[in-house]
Amino acid sequence: MVLGAAPVLRGVDLTVADGEAVALMGGNGSGKSTLIKSLLGIVPIDSGEARLFGADVTGARRAVPWSRIGYVPQRVGVGAGVPATALEVVASGLTGHRRLRPGAGARRACLDALEQVGLADRARESVAIFSGGQQQRVLIARALVRRPRLLLLDEPLSGVDQVSKEAMARILTQLQADGTTLLIVLHELGELAPLLDRAVVLRQGRIVHDGSPPLPAPGHDAPDHEHLHPHGDAPSAVPTAPDLHGKPQ
Amino acid sequence: MLETLAAMLASPLMQRGLLIAALVGISAPVIGTYLVQRRLALLGDGIGHVALTGVAMGWLAGSAAGLTPHDSLAVPGAVVAAVIGAVLIEVMRTKGRTSGDVALALLFYGGIAGGVLLIGLAGGTSANLTGYLFGSIATVTPLDVWLTAGLAAVVLGLGLGLRPALFSLCHDEEFALATGLPVRALNIMVAVMAAFTVSVSMRVVGVLLVSAVMIVPVAVAQLVTRSFAGTMGTAMAVGAGVCVTGLSITYFHPLSPGATIVVLAIACYVLALIARPLLGRARRHGAPHGADRLHDVEDDLQLRGA
Repeated sequence: MVLGAAPVLRGVDLTVADGEAVALMGGNGSGKSTLIKSLLGIVPIDSGEARLFGADVTGARRAVPWSRIGYVPQRVGVGAGVPATALEVVASGLTGHRRLRPGAGARRACLDALEQVGLADRARESVAIFSGGQQQRVLIARALVRRPRLLLLDEPLSGVDQVSKEAMARILTQLQADGTTLLIVLHELGELAPLLDRAVVLRQGRIVHDGSPPLPAPGHDAPDHEHLHPHGDAPSAVPTAPDLHGKPQ
Repeated sequence: MLETLAAMLASPLMQRGLLIAALVGISAPVIGTYLVQRRLALLGDGIGHVALTGVAMGWLAGSAAGLTPHDSLAVPGAVVAAVIGAVLIEVMRTKGRTSGDVALALLFYGGIAGGVLLIGLAGGTSANLTGYLFGSIATVTPLDVWLTAGLAAVVLGLGLGLRPALFSLCHDEEFALATGLPVRALNIMVAVMAAFTVSVSMRVVGVLLVSAVMIVPVAVAQLVTRSFAGTMGTAMAVGAGVCVTGLSITYFHPLSPGATIVVLAIACYVLALIARPLLGRARRHGAPHGADRLHDVEDDLQLRGA
């Protein structure tokens, strides 16, 4: 994947290799979400190009292998509007290019995806009554049901309870072990630090760091700083939880 | 009572009216559900106002061509204008997000003013528009029935058949884009279906209340359902129920069918609101659930340096 430049982003040149786990970091307004969205063709690019699996996103959108891509957007007010069950939301992951209706076995696939995020027994409840973390997990299930080779997540940990954070870290670790490419917008590495290969830091639309995940800003890692996630015990912190992912195929 | 009911059903005029009312009642909430979900509940109103200009244009064309009656092209004119208006609103919505409600307002007022002006040019008065403003189900022709049936079939076929894709689109448009769904084409399709629905409903309830048959049944259904499919199904039932009942009432009492239907729908809303706690829809408001004990962690919003 190669990305050129948009007005919010300038001179951004980023390539993510197959199987890599990359964090996209930076402050508010640094262009992290815009980068992900322009990569998916949601935000138009003024000049430059964005390629997914070698296909130009700004060109013929038909040429992009959308079925291999999973997107988990930033969670915004899911509450209002028409009620929808978790199952219905996840099933919307099964439509896409050339697929206006989910095919056979859709229900099974959706329940499996919900099982993966630990919400299978709440499949028929309205997502409006879910907690922030649970809603985020439903959105992850909606992306996972596509069995993506590339998963893009926008701030998956923000506004999410600890249980959901840990569940997400387990899921993403498993996905990475299975060879899924991960591009994750993050405010802080937190639970996801152990699984990341690389971090890209954006500031005012430019890449200011591209390499190993950066150390926390001063004061952030002080002993009295209240953190509910473990610190410092990096590789051993990789959860050895039972296989939540199930076996692909 | 049974005799008068039989007499009502024997009247060809009432048969046509009831058929149209049922078709509108079933199909309008299908589109209404999508519009409510994407927070465009007032789109139907905007399209309705534009359709009024279409009515007048059809009238103008009809009298220019020397057709009798003058308004035989009114409904086709409304369909054309509504489709153009709907596509216009959709384009304005996607191109310039910020001025979306101003654009809608322009269409509202432009549509009404254009209609009144054009009907004057056609040699009529704004009184001729009253039937379209408040509905004129008593004057439906067999041609209207066929037109309604055709458009309702399109709306029902596409609205129900493509529900998974349309749900994805209306639930989260950016996600839909990222799945490769033909978002632009589907958006236009929803707008055109809304235009069809408006043109069809115009005969039953009139331009001023057209959005009500699309939206109020959905508002009722939302109160008692938890799924999208359930909401749509319930809204269709409520829509058909109030349209047929409302029209039947006006057979016995000299009331405006459109207004009766809408008031009935709102009464259903109030009833559902009252009955909701009794329906045993015990909401599990964030109830701790198995391993899902919630202890929300505050975010650390510290900016990271390179």
